Amino acid sequence: MGIRSLGKRYRSGESIVCQGAAGNCMYVIQEGQAEVYREENGREIRMAVLKEGDFFGEMSIFDREVRAATVKALGDVRVLTIDKKTFMRRIQKDPSLAFDIVRTMSQRIRQLNCDLAEMRARETEK
Amino acid sequence: MPRPSASIEDRLAVGLSERFDPVALENGSRVGVIGGGPAGSFFSLFLLKMAETIGLDVDIDIYEPRHFVHKGPAGCNHCGGIVSEFLVQLLAAEGFRLPPEVVQRGIDSYMLHMDVGTVRIDTPLQEKRIAAVYRGNGPRDAGPAPTHVVGFDRHLQDLAVSRGAKIRRQLVNQVSWEEDRPHVQCSTGPSEVYDLVAVAAGINSNVLQPIEGLEFGYRIPEAARTFICEFHLGEATIREHLGTSMHLFLLDIPHLECAAIIPKGDFVTLCLLGDKIDDSLVTTFLDAPEVRACFPKAMVPRTVCHCFPRINVKAAVRPFTDRIVLIGDSGVARLYKDGIGSAYRTAKAAARTAVFHGISDEAFAKHYWPTCRQIDVDNSIGRFMFTVSHVIQKTRPTRRALFRMTATEQTRTGNRRHMSSVLWDLFTGSAPYREILLRTFRPAFVARLGWNLVAGNVAPGSLASANGQPTNGDANGH
Repeated sequence: MGIRSLGKRYRSGESIVCQGAAGNCMYVIQEGQAEVYREENGREIRMAVLKEGDFFGEMSIFDREVRAATVKALGDVRVLTIDKKTFMRRIQKDPSLAFDIVRTMSQRIRQLNCDLAEMRARETEK
Repeated sequence: MPRPSASIEDRLAVGLSERFDPVALENGSRVGVIGGGPAGSFFSLFLLKMAETIGLDVDIDIYEPRHFVHKGPAGCNHCGGIVSEFLVQLLAAEGFRLPPEVVQRGIDSYMLHMDVGTVRIDTPLQEKRIAAVYRGNGPRDAGPAPTHVVGFDRHLQDLAVSRGAKIRRQLVNQVSWEEDRPHVQCSTGPSEVYDLVAVAAGINSNVLQPIEGLEFGYRIPEAARTFICEFHLGEATIREHLGTSMHLFLLDIPHLECAAIIPKGDFVTLCLLGDKIDDSLVTTFLDAPEVRACFPKAMVPRTVCHCFPRINVKAAVRPFTDRIVLIGDSGVARLYKDGIGSAYRTAKAAARTAVFHGISDEAFAKHYWPTCRQIDVDNSIGRFMFTVSHVIQKTRPTRRALFRMTATEQTRTGNRRHMSSVLWDLFTGSAPYREILLRTFRPAFVARLGWNLVAGNVAPGSLASANGQPTNGDANGH
C-alpha cells in the first residue's frame, strides 16, 4: 500500500466516516477492507464488510441527512474520496454516471428486503 | 440465425430517447473501432455497457496493432501520462478502479517553480487523487520490465475485452464506403464492412488522411509539437527530491506554454508543451536553475527515452457523418490539458449517441457535437488564460504577487484559497477554463491579488512563508 496507490490511507480501526456526522462526499475502497457499524441503543452492530471497489457514503450525496453508519478500516485500507460537488455537477450533464451507484443501491435494497423478511419470519416463529 | 432486434419501442419504453433515428444500431450490428488507446477503449466499454442496459447485442472489433507491453516508443502512445483528479473520481464512480499495477505514482500535490521561488499546492483533501501512469510499458532503456507494471492503455483495452470487445492486431490504412456502410481495410488480413466506425486513432496516425478524403467535411485537427522524455532516477532519489508532487514551471522562456516533471516509479517524465518546441527550447529549459534544482546535485541526468509527439490544439471540423464518428484527439481535445479526460468525454458522448439516439449524421450533430463544441469553446477561453499566463511569465512583479498570494494561502485552512484553487484547476485540468476564469473576476480574488502585488513588491523579503521557498535573490529584493 505505497506510492502506487490512490486515495488516502487509514490505519486499522481508524474511522473513515462517523454515524451522525455531516457528509458531502462518498468513498470508493481502492485497497483493503472496511467494516460498517451502526449504533443502536448504545450498542455497536456490525452491518457489513466492504472490499476493494465497493463504495460507501453515497446516501449523503443524494440527500442532506447525516451519515447513517460508521465505517472503520478493517486492517490498513486506502480510500478514494468523490466530492459531492464534482459528482452532482457532472451528473447533470451525464446522468449515466450514476448508473453503477443506482444499481448497487438497488442490490443493497434487495438484500435489506431479504434480511427484513428473514427477521419477520423468525419473529413470527417465536 | 438472425438475432431479434431491440426495437425502437423498447428504447422509447425505457424513456431514453424522444425520437429514435432510423439509422441505428440493432442486435448483431458490427462496430469497428480504429485505435485501441484510451478513446477507443472507453468508447468500446461505454458502448457495450450502455447497449447491455437496453438489451442490445453488438459486436465490436478494436483495430490496434500495438500490445502496449513493449518498452519505448513501439508500445507507447506518447503522452505525459496523467489521469486528472476529476477523471479519477469519475472513473471510480463508474466502477473503473485504477489498480496499483497501473498507477506508477499517486500524486497529492503540485510544486510550482518560478524564478521568484517555489510553492507547494496541496490537494484540497491532502489525498492522492491524481494518477501518474505509463501509456506503454515504460521507457526504452529501462531494463527488464517489472512484472507488476501495466500500462494505462493496456489496462483499458483489457477492460474492453473483458466486456466483449475483440482486438484485431492490424494496422488500418484505408477507410472507404461500400454502398452506404464504412469499409475498413488493413495492410494485412481481410477488409471488413461495419454498421458504425469510431475513429480513435489519435492525431499522429496516417488513417486520418483517407478519412478526410471521404469528403463529408472532416478536417484533421490542428496540431502542435511537444517534447516528452524520461529520466531514470530510482525510487529513493525520486522520493527525496520530487516526492509525490507533480512539478510545474512558470519560466520566462519564449514559446513554452506548460512544463511539467511527473514522478513515476523509478522514472520521471518531462513534458514540454508550446507553440514551437524544438531542441534549442529543450536545452534552454533543462539549463534553467529552477529545473536543475529538482535533480540530485542540480545535474539533469541523460534521458532514457524521448519523443516529439504532436498534440491536438484546435478542434477537427465536422468529426462525424452517417455511420462514422471521430473521437479523442482525432476529434476534439482540451487545450494542453487532460487529453485522457477529453478521450473519456468524447468517447462516452459518442457511445451514448450511438446507443440511445442513432448513428446518422443528424444524431451525431444533435447529441455528440455539443460535447465537442463545449470543449472547443472552452479552449478559446483557455487560450486567453494562457495569454495571461504569458504576461505573468514575463513580468517579475506579477510573478512575485502570484507566488506570495499562493504561499500565504497554503498556510491557511478553509476555503479562502483563491489563487491556489485557480492554479490547481488550471494545472490539473480539473475544471473548465471558463469556470476558472470566472473565479478570477470575483472581488475577493482581485482584491487579494492587488494587495499581494503591492506587498510582494514593496517588501519582497516578506515572500518567505511556511509553504513557499523564495529564491535567495528574491528574498534579498533583487
